Amino acid sequence: MEAVVAIAIGVLAACGVFLILRARTFPVVLGLTLLSYAVNLLLFASGRLKLDAPPLIRAGATYTDPLPQALVLTAIVIGFGMTAYLLMLALRALAETGDDHVDGRLKP
Amino acid sequence: MSGTSLLLLIVATAFIGCLIPALLARFGRRMAALGAAGVMASCLALLAPLVPTVLAGETLVTAYTWLPAYGLDLSFRLDGLGLLFNLLILGIGLLVVLYAYYYLPESDHLGRFYSYLLLFMAAMLGVVLSENLLLLVVFWEITSISSFLLIAYKREYRDSRIAARMALAVTGGGGLALLAGVLLLGHIAGSFELTAVLAKGELIREHSLYAPMLILVLLGAFTKSAQFPFHFWLPNAMAAPTPVSAYLHSATMVKAGVFLLARLYPVLAGSDLWFWLVSGVGATTLVYAAYTAFHRYDFKGLLAYSTISHLGLITLLFGLDTPLSVVAGVFHIINHAIFKASLFMAAGIVDHECGTRDMRRVNGLFKFMPITATLAIVAAGSMAGVPLLNGFLSKEMFFTETVGHPVFEEMRWILPLFATVAGILAVAYSSRFIHDVFFNGDPIDLPRQPHEPPRWMRAPVEVLVVLCLLVGIFPQWSVAPLLAAAAGATLQAPVPAFELAVWHGFNLPFIMSLVALAGGITVYALRKPLFALHDRLPSIHAHIAFERLYESLKTLACRIVNWLDTKSLQRYLALFIAFVLSLGGWAWFSGPPTLAATAYQPADSAAFAALATLIVGALGATLLHRHRLTAIVFTSVVGLVVTLTFVRFSAPDLALTQLAVEVVTIVLLLLVLHYLPQTSPAEDSGLRLTRDAALAVGAGAGLGAAAFAMMTSPFETISGFYLGQSMSGGGGANVVNVILVDFRGFDTLGEITVLAMVGLAAHALLNRLVLTAPERDIDGRPWATERHPLFLSMLMQPLLPLALAVSIFILLRGHNLPGGGFVAGLVTGVALVLQYLASGIDFAQPRLPRHKAKLLALGLLLAGGTGAASWLFDRPFLTSAHGHFTLPLIGEIELASAMVFDLGVYIVVVTVVLMVLAQLGRLSRHGCPEKFGEAT
Repeated sequence: MEAVVAIAIGVLAACGVFLILRARTFPVVLGLTLLSYAVNLLLFASGRLKLDAPPLIRAGATYTDPLPQALVLTAIVIGFGMTAYLLMLALRALAETGDDHVDGRLKP
Repeated sequence: MSGTSLLLLIVATAFIGCLIPALLARFGRRMAALGAAGVMASCLALLAPLVPTVLAGETLVTAYTWLPAYGLDLSFRLDGLGLLFNLLILGIGLLVVLYAYYYLPESDHLGRFYSYLLLFMAAMLGVVLSENLLLLVVFWEITSISSFLLIAYKREYRDSRIAARMALAVTGGGGLALLAGVLLLGHIAGSFELTAVLAKGELIREHSLYAPMLILVLLGAFTKSAQFPFHFWLPNAMAAPTPVSAYLHSATMVKAGVFLLARLYPVLAGSDLWFWLVSGVGATTLVYAAYTAFHRYDFKGLLAYSTISHLGLITLLFGLDTPLSVVAGVFHIINHAIFKASLFMAAGIVDHECGTRDMRRVNGLFKFMPITATLAIVAAGSMAGVPLLNGFLSKEMFFTETVGHPVFEEMRWILPLFATVAGILAVAYSSRFIHDVFFNGDPIDLPRQPHEPPRWMRAPVEVLVVLCLLVGIFPQWSVAPLLAAAAGATLQAPVPAFELAVWHGFNLPFIMSLVALAGGITVYALRKPLFALHDRLPSIHAHIAFERLYESLKTLACRIVNWLDTKSLQRYLALFIAFVLSLGGWAWFSGPPTLAATAYQPADSAAFAALATLIVGALGATLLHRHRLTAIVFTSVVGLVVTLTFVRFSAPDLALTQLAVEVVTIVLLLLVLHYLPQTSPAEDSGLRLTRDAALAVGAGAGLGAAAFAMMTSPFETISGFYLGQSMSGGGGANVVNVILVDFRGFDTLGEITVLAMVGLAAHALLNRLVLTAPERDIDGRPWATERHPLFLSMLMQPLLPLALAVSIFILLRGHNLPGGGFVAGLVTGVALVLQYLASGIDFAQPRLPRHKAKLLALGLLLAGGTGAASWLFDRPFLTSAHGHFTLPLIGEIELASAMVFDLGVYIVVVTVVLMVLAQLGRLSRHGCPEKFGEAT
């Protein structure tokens, strides 16, 4: 199972990196979204993969590591905030330069 | 208060005091001047009780621990040498304050001037009072910076700015060398405290690092004291107002270099290297600068070069390395400070009253300003070494030391001859200053009619000239105790017997003095043919060479930056990723992780199916990214698989959050895509695509491999604490939520602040922005005319209250079961998004809170306030409290203060979603910009 998750992380990272290297704002936002999936999964995996062990205190239960989960939860929300911000920035750049190129130069 | 703690107080008073003139300047320039004088007088008053102890030969040391791990302590020291410099800095400082009040124009409020001056003075006091060598370097750098500010005081003139920059570059560069030298010295001596260092002279001189250390320290001293070939900054620094020149270039800034030579004399001197380097550089500077001074037409420039020459003399005296030459060096520090400060001030008066400094026009001023002229003549006589003046005494000591110096046994005549030549040149330029300015016919075409200055502008010069006479005529009575203490502190050994007397008998040094006087006057008389000869010689202008070097360095730097920086985000990112890849690769291959497989979870068919779906989604989004709508659909598939992964591996909270974020994000992407182009142009070259693909595959492989290595290696977690304390300490069974709102609540507070900023940024970026949405979709079909589908709006009417109820349920149970503020806020956000989609902004907006910025603030206040409330109970910030309460009808429930915190989180998340949506929603509606914090 670890290999499966590792491959998933690798594929997401590769696709994300390829997309953030594109020249237009929208693919870059998508790329960052994919890259955050990869990083969130990586962070999450640092608590190791456990089945049926949610960190909810009950009698006689086993628990997975709650700390990476807490970190990833905030990372997801912050990632959302960043995506929203970038999208608004893209709109503003479009309005200012008439173009959606990432370098934000005015159209010649 | 004990004596030693006064030392810290002196430095502290000076540094804090430098704000006073700036603050007082609003009450007039007189108040600024009084403030500055007050600060200096206070420092003197603090110093006064220590004077008798120090004159008796004692050394006061005080230390306060600062950064002991680096050997940097706040330790101060006052001995004879320090006392001498303190008196010079503060005494001449006071006179300069008085002088500047009259010198600078009425329109100048003087606050800035006096503050800079005091800052400089404070740094100088720090330099001469430091016991710790690193501390000394710190103060040394502050003198460089504050002198930069002072030299550039007339900042509207380009010359001032260039001069200041040059001074900063040279002295600051020397400061860096000094820092390196001091670090080496501390390394050799094993301590940065002067007391310890000074006791280890033998050890230091025999150390293999002695030579590099000595050269580095000397670089610092020589640049500061304007020794050849670093002298060129000083004449340029005459662009500063004259009070600054009088202060910096007589008693303080340039003396810092020779102070350093004196301070470290016991450990640095005593080697051949010291003798040849220091006396060589000093001798060259002495003669070269004296020769140049003689040929200057600008009398302030003449004084500048004479300053360099006298600094060369002092350096040479330390370099000669005999006990008596050191005494002479210290003595000349005093004498030069006194006569040169008075000369600069007198020159400033002449400049002030005539409007020019050109000696070809400024002539015959004696009859216009006889008192000033007399004072200047006396001071210049001291500079030339005329008997009965203080300059004569130290010059005689210098001559005596050159006669029979032990190093020149074979060629006894060479040093005395050299000294006599230097003396002749000094007399020549002094005569020129006196004769050209005050006699030599009548003034030619002066901008102003010269006359005597105001009474109090001349007073500082009078004081200094009286001192010249006092020291010159009654040396034993006036200066001997201070000189003995200072020389003793410099040598760190008993002072050799020396006699300060005007008449030592008719001996060789006296003959040399006479020859110098007669020769100097002769040279001056022959000046016309000499000037003509000088004009035919090729001239070297070090400062022009320096400026050229500076400009070409700047051009080179600009070229390199322009070459490296193409202002392309793609290039930055590619470089960045390539760099991270190489770092990661280096780490991986230099020490491959041990792949000790532990606790493998067996993979099942569901996992493979999920992986396959994820790969299809990610690759689909990547390969089809130019068709943006399709790419969004593929991305949403990936998001769902990630959500399922969280469900599978025991993370219900994450799954809930991810699901809610997915929905809001996809809706946002769709809304934004409505305004952006629907496709990306195919503009990347094949080469670039290949490069990016290689980087992507590298990054993916690296991260995947790292993830696999991490997951299969054994690990320890600190989470046992959180699991154990969650119920008892945090009052919640959902450990993830308890971590968020309690254990790591401060992090969460920071995070919702970031989110709040996103909401504000939505307002800042999009308010007043109008974008026209395309009328047709990508395939050229017009958009549906029915803007809000009836089906969806009917469905939302019962759905919205339900969704809100669910979100509140999730919020409340979050402390014990999956849920919490983040999830609940996002669920509410999703419900509101749907409402927007179903009924349109015109319907939704009036029904939602108008004051969104206030809501944001409320959320942050609730979260922050819950944290601060724990202060009321003497607990640290964000300590949670919880307890069981019985409510009528509902029964016993458990409540924790962290739930209020979570409510704050909820409010912030909901508001941010609302703010972003509200701004996006009104983009294509024309006009009516929002007022801040409310929706129209």
